[in-house]
Amino acid sequence: MSEILLETRNLTREFPFGKKDTVHAVTDVSLQIRAGETLALVGESGCGKSTLGRMMIRMLRPTSGEVFFRGTEITSLNAGAFRPLRRQMQMIFQDPYASLDPRMSVRSIIAEPLRTWKLCENRQAETERVQELMAAVGVPAEMINRYPHQLSGGQRQRVGIARAIAADPALIVCDEPVSALDVSVQNQILNLLRRLQKERNLTYLFISHDLSVVRHISDRVAVMFLGKVCETGETETVCGDPRHPYTRFLLDAAPVPDPHRRRSGERLLQGEMPSPVNVPSGCRFHTRCPFATEECAKTDPPMRMIGGRGVACHHPEKAGTCGR
Amino acid sequence: MEQKTLEISHLSVSFSSWRGTFTPVNDVSLEVRAGEIVGLVGESGCGKSMTARAVMGLIRAPGKVTGGRITLCGKDLLGLSEKEMSRLRGAELSMVFQDPMTSLNPVVPVGRQVEETILLHRQVSREEARKQAAEIFEEVGIPEAEKRIRCYPHELSGGLRQRVMIAMAMVCRPRLLIADEPTTALDVIVEAQILQLMRRMRDQGTSILFISHNLGAVAQLCDYACVMYAGQIVEQAEICTLFDHPAHPYTRGLLGAVASLHRRGETLDTIRGSVPALNRLPAGCSFAPRCDLCDERCMRETPAMTSAGAGHPVRCFHAGEEAPV
Repeated sequence: MSEILLETRNLTREFPFGKKDTVHAVTDVSLQIRAGETLALVGESGCGKSTLGRMMIRMLRPTSGEVFFRGTEITSLNAGAFRPLRRQMQMIFQDPYASLDPRMSVRSIIAEPLRTWKLCENRQAETERVQELMAAVGVPAEMINRYPHQLSGGQRQRVGIARAIAADPALIVCDEPVSALDVSVQNQILNLLRRLQKERNLTYLFISHDLSVVRHISDRVAVMFLGKVCETGETETVCGDPRHPYTRFLLDAAPVPDPHRRRSGERLLQGEMPSPVNVPSGCRFHTRCPFATEECAKTDPPMRMIGGRGVACHHPEKAGTCGR
Repeated sequence: MEQKTLEISHLSVSFSSWRGTFTPVNDVSLEVRAGEIVGLVGESGCGKSMTARAVMGLIRAPGKVTGGRITLCGKDLLGLSEKEMSRLRGAELSMVFQDPMTSLNPVVPVGRQVEETILLHRQVSREEARKQAAEIFEEVGIPEAEKRIRCYPHELSGGLRQRVMIAMAMVCRPRLLIADEPTTALDVIVEAQILQLMRRMRDQGTSILFISHNLGAVAQLCDYACVMYAGQIVEQAEICTLFDHPAHPYTRGLLGAVASLHRRGETLDTIRGSVPALNRLPAGCSFAPRCDLCDERCMRETPAMTSAGAGHPVRCFHAGEEAPV
C-alpha cells in the first residue's frame, strides 16, 4: 500500500454565529488520504465538506485538531516553514469563471504559479512551459492571449486545472470541479482529471454532491452529514452496500436516468437538514432517521469497522433493510 | 383526441444587437397535453429558458417573437395585450424559476407574497386569502406552515424556498406550470422531494412543462420529452422511446455520457467540443462539427424534421444510424 500523504486527526472547525451561537461546520473528523488515490467527500450543501477540504490544505485554520502532510503537522507551522509545502497542495474550484482573474490572460494565469515558485529561468522558458501545460489540459495553443470571458465553461475549467498542476503539486483539492458544467463537458473534464492523475501521480481530494460522479472517479469515499463523517471506505463497498441509513437515502435519492426504473418515492427521506447551529443530541441523523431509537438520541455513535468500512451508526444492520 | 393544454408551433425568438441577429429559439414546435409532464432537455444556452419566457410573454426588447403561434387551451397567447397576459399569468399559466432566492421578494414575508397572488386573481377578502395561503403551504409540504408563513425568504432553506415558489405558482390552480430548472440549485434528497411534489401537482390536474438539463430527473418525472440543441428541437418522443431508441446523435451522445458515468473505471463517453455560440452557428446542421456521422450534406443543409417512428420526430439526415467505430 502506498504511503499516507495526508491525515487529519480530530479536525474541528467552528464559526461564531451572532453573539452567543456557534456554527459547528466540521466536528472531529479523522481521515487519511494515500498517495495516488482519490478520496471523495460527499454530502449535501452545508455539511462541511468544503470547510474540511480547505482545512486540509491550510486555506482555513481548524478550531482544534491536526493535519499531517507527509508526517509533518501543518496547522502549527509558521508561514516560512509552511511555504515549501504550499507548493505541494493546489486547488481547483467549482466556478471556473469566479476563480480566474478576468483581467489576466490565459498565459498569465497559468504562468503565475511558475513565477511564484521561480520555476522558469526566462520568459521564453516560461512561454514554453505554459504551452506545454495548455497542451496537457487540452486548451488550444492559440488561446494563450485570450481572457477568461472569451473561453467556454469547459475551457475555463481546463485553464484552472493547468494553473493547479503548473507547480507540480502532490495533492489537489477539487471542490465540485464539474458541477457548473454541462453533461457533455463534465465528462471531458473528469476524463482529463483521471488522465492527469495517472501521468503525474497526483492525489485528489474530490469534493462533490453528485454520487454518480463520485462513484466513477474516487477510490475511497467519506460521506458527511452535518459536519461529521458518517460512513467511509472503498467507494464500491460503501456505494454498493451502504450501512449508514443516510448513505442509503443519499444513494436512493439520486435520479436514475432510466424511465423504466421509476421510484415511487416512499423511500424518500422527508424533512429538512437540521441546523449546524443547533446540532441534535446523540447521533446527528437521529431526527430524520427511520430507525432511530432512544439510544440514538442520547449517545453519538463512534466510528466502527463493519463489513470492511467505517460506519458511525448504532444500527448499521438496518440500513440494508430500508428501501430495496 | 386528447386535449392540448399548450401548443407551440414554429416559434422563433430573435435578438438584434450591433453584433448581428441571434435566434435563440428557432422554429420550435411542441405540445403539452392535459395532465402530462413534458420535459424540455438541453445544455445551457440551447434556448430552453427562452422558449419558456416566450410562452409566459416575458421576452423583453431587444428580443422579439418573430414567428409562430402559442396557444393555451386554444387561446392564442401571442395576440393578447400585456394587460390580458398579466391577468393570465399566475392564474392559468405560471412559472417556477431555478433560483427561488432571486425570484422571491426579500423584504416581504413569504405568506404575504402568496396572498398577493391570490388577491390579484380572485375576488376574495384578505382574510380568505390568508387562509388559502396557509392551505397551499400545507399542501406543498411546508412543515409548520402557520409559522413559516411569517418568515422572510432568507430564513428558509433552499428546498423550502422552492416549495414557496411552487405554492405561489399553484395557488390559483393553473392549467400549465412551467418549471425552469426547479431542482438545479437543490441537493439530491430535496430534489427528489420536489419531483415528488411535481408529480402530485400533475395528478391534481396541472400540466407541466419541465425544463432541465438533468436527464435523470427527466427520466424519473416526464411522460414525454423534447431535446433542444442550439435553438432547435432536434428530437422528441414519448419518454421510454427516447431513452430506449434515441435517434439523434446528440441525444445519443447525452444519454451515453450519462450512462457511462454509471459504469466504473473506464474512460467516460463524451461529446467532443462544446455548444456553439449563437452568433457563431455553423452552416448546415448546428450539431455537425461535433457529430461522428457528419458528412458533406450536414455541413451544407439544415435538416428538417423527419420521422424516426410513430410520434418520434427527429431533425437529422442520419437519424438512427450507428456511429462509425
